[in-house]
Amino acid sequence: MLQIDSRQFVKEHGLFACIQCGKCTGGCPMAMKTQLNPRNLIYRILVAGNGFDIEGREELWDCTTCATCYSRCPKLVNPMEAVIALRSAFVEKGRVHPNVKTALESTFRQGNPLTMPREDRGLWVGDLQVKNISEGAEYLFYVGCTPSYDPRVQKVARAIVQLMQGSGVDLGVMGSDENCCGSEIRRLGEQGLFEMMVEENRETFKSLAIHHIFTVSPHCFNAFKNDYPKNGMQVQHYTQVLADKAGRGELKFSGGVDKTVTYHDPCYLGKHNGIFDDPRTVLKTIPGVKLVEMDRSREKSLCCEGGGGRMWMEGTNPGTRLAQQRVQEALDTGAEILATACPFCLLTLDEAVKHLNAQDRIQVMDIAEIAVQAL
Amino acid sequence: MTFTPRVGVYICHCGINIAATVDVAAVAEFAALLPGVVTSQAYTYMCSDPGQALIKKDILELGVNRVVVASCSPRLHEPTFRATIAEVGLNPYCFEMANIREQCSWVHPAGAASTLKAMQLVASAVAKATHLEPLEVRQVPVIPAGLVIGGGIAGLQAALDIGDAGFQAILVERSAQLGGHASLIHRTFPTNEPVQDFLNPLIERVINHPRVTVMTSAEVTDVGGYVGNFRIQISQGELSKEVKVGVIVVATGYETFDARLKPEFGYGKYPQVITTLDFERLAAAGFIFEGGAPKQVAFIQCVGSRDQVLGNPYCSRICCMVTAKQAQLVRQQFPEAQVNVFYMDVRAYGKHFEDYYDRTREDGVLYRRGNPAEIIRRGDRVVVRAEDTLLGEPIEVEADLVVLAVGMVPRADTEAVAGLLKLARSGDGFFMEAHPKLRPVETAMAGVFLAGGCQGPKDMSEAVTQARAAASAAMIPLMRGQVTVEAATSFVDEELCAGCGQCAQVCAFSALELHPVRGVMAVNPVLCQGCGACATACPSGAINVHHFTFEQVMAQIDVLSEIDDRLFLKQVTEALPVIVG
Repeated sequence: MLQIDSRQFVKEHGLFACIQCGKCTGGCPMAMKTQLNPRNLIYRILVAGNGFDIEGREELWDCTTCATCYSRCPKLVNPMEAVIALRSAFVEKGRVHPNVKTALESTFRQGNPLTMPREDRGLWVGDLQVKNISEGAEYLFYVGCTPSYDPRVQKVARAIVQLMQGSGVDLGVMGSDENCCGSEIRRLGEQGLFEMMVEENRETFKSLAIHHIFTVSPHCFNAFKNDYPKNGMQVQHYTQVLADKAGRGELKFSGGVDKTVTYHDPCYLGKHNGIFDDPRTVLKTIPGVKLVEMDRSREKSLCCEGGGGRMWMEGTNPGTRLAQQRVQEALDTGAEILATACPFCLLTLDEAVKHLNAQDRIQVMDIAEIAVQAL
Repeated sequence: MTFTPRVGVYICHCGINIAATVDVAAVAEFAALLPGVVTSQAYTYMCSDPGQALIKKDILELGVNRVVVASCSPRLHEPTFRATIAEVGLNPYCFEMANIREQCSWVHPAGAASTLKAMQLVASAVAKATHLEPLEVRQVPVIPAGLVIGGGIAGLQAALDIGDAGFQAILVERSAQLGGHASLIHRTFPTNEPVQDFLNPLIERVINHPRVTVMTSAEVTDVGGYVGNFRIQISQGELSKEVKVGVIVVATGYETFDARLKPEFGYGKYPQVITTLDFERLAAAGFIFEGGAPKQVAFIQCVGSRDQVLGNPYCSRICCMVTAKQAQLVRQQFPEAQVNVFYMDVRAYGKHFEDYYDRTREDGVLYRRGNPAEIIRRGDRVVVRAEDTLLGEPIEVEADLVVLAVGMVPRADTEAVAGLLKLARSGDGFFMEAHPKLRPVETAMAGVFLAGGCQGPKDMSEAVTQARAAASAAMIPLMRGQVTVEAATSFVDEELCAGCGQCAQVCAFSALELHPVRGVMAVNPVLCQGCGACATACPSGAINVHHFTFEQVMAQIDVLSEIDDRLFLKQVTEALPVIVG
């Protein structure tokens, strides 16, 4: 038995507004392959009376928080947030997957969910010349955990620095003082730890007098923009900064990339924040790039299954991977490069390409990696 | 001879509505003590014939010249009592009402405090009554013609009715053709009758009508004047002309929802995805589907309706039956086709609608409960992704043709038309009627009426019903030949007015203009609706509103502070120790 106070829950999440139309479940990328059914879950909570038992509902951990459900809901209900809140009930009892436990503890101790040492966070820079933000800079480049530590994504962070410096952006980084944004922590249901990190990070940003910030990951971007209390700080994703520079003619390339490219919209950039055009603007600015679209693009983009803490959990149906389906869709376009703008998407799609043995047909790259080749 | 107010006060029990909460006898006794009051009494129902007779008797026998009734809202019975006193020769504006029901007995518990509040309301009304002045109720002649804006099915019918009744009608249509959306519809529900069969004769009758002037490719560019005497500027190509009418029927119609605003359905991107309006066009042309026979056809309900994300939270009413009709047509033309209708609720509310829905299912149309989330491409077909909520399972249905049941939305130029005619809009963006139940075809603007889709989603029969209602209502002033204009209008103290024009800026009825000779503001008493906005805007206090003068309103307020005055309270306390003690 793991009971939640369903009456209170219904009230807090406005579930009475639900008309059971099923758009959430019909659009949910996980519903086709696991027991997760947001519409049914809401109905069960509504009719449960006083208490609702979530014992055994492992499918709650399948949700990738891709936002398709709530972006389609005609009554402004947010099933995704309801799932996150139900996860909290598990977290409060300590009833979580060992990998989740490890990620949470690592975030608490090391400031990242990847069990990497805090002091190594700035090593991604390598031989690049980058200012520390304490020396003063217009923009804080918030790198995030995965780009700081993962060798594959470190390349993206370095590419962004080169592109920004090339287009005259005055940026600084925090090095080993940078701390996890807490986005995935909140989505795993660990609200307490998340709030602690919000406090810490806000204090740090305040003491450094940060006004502009841009990120590698749409997840960090979304957290600062939508989960943190408003404080006047301008938060951007790096593709927004580059698109702005491209619009002013300040993003210049001497070379080119003669490739057919298709772009996968990351959920936290697209569906969560409506940023569909800026990444495409950057791609179109690169000389030689031929941009083709997958059928499922923009609002209909298929989730790569890396969000909502799913980077550390397999889910209840590891057999079929959305990322593999997505790579197949990209292959159908005839593109040579599957571009994205999110570290999680990059890793899941990269792995899917390997699974499908498609390395010789398609290459997964971050937009920054493509652009830097043309500098 | 100086005027001496002789006030009669009548406290209504309203059965137990007031009497169960307020001590009406005590209020009557209290009112008798107020300055200027010559008689004060309580009665069961003041609005009844015996109640009204009490008032008339006192006017005739006691010389009562100002009347206060303490009962319900003036919205309900002010006209009643004004008529009562007018019957025995008193000016109707010598009447004042204290609302001790809605503003007291209905909203407060029984007890001394409620009785005291009723006393305060009565004292306030009496204070105003002693300052009331008779006002002249004026009549203005009505130009015996009506303007109908919009040549859709509603506008056509309204113009025809006005013409048939013997008045001139001018029908202004923006496009080159008459018929509006109805002319785009192949067959109608629930009879499957071809629309052209009844629409074309209607258009013919309007065009050939001796008293209806049809102006197509024409637009109303300016509206001046007031009920009975509107001046309308109409531009038609290069030409511009002014016409004068007594009334206006607005029948400007609607737009269908732009399905591209739901990008997840791929309308405009997938040739297999069309709207219900596209379907009508294709059905009229005889080819619903190109390239053989479709095996699978899906209909999706509520596209752009009942959707708060889009800001269209309302039900568009027609789509359920439009879909039923089109699903039938598909089954008739392609008996082998499997037809799925995806729905949230089927709203078959109208006459014969439920039969029609039954027939649609009996024709083999399958209704599946669940509103689709998205449409994606798969080979030559598209795939509708939804949850069948009755199965509780996500499903994918491949289709050769998908029809989106697009709802009705306000026209993009609604705001411009609203500005032209000073019309209000309801929360859904359509024009707002004066009262949802009792004045469904009138607007807050006297002499301006609504018909058809401009007021909200409706089908053809409802549009025609409303058109005929609007025409009938519009013809009341046309038939009477004159209209009564509000006497409680604003007036300008020319000694104080500097002619700054701030009043004209706030006036919603364009009733104030700078007098060309005297250099002060002048009120057009026919346009003025007595709202009082000008009086509050005037920096020098030069504008007063008849029946709500500063003197009258201040008297109402002052007496309330006097009730708090110890002396006054003592007077009350001595008279009614039980109540206030």
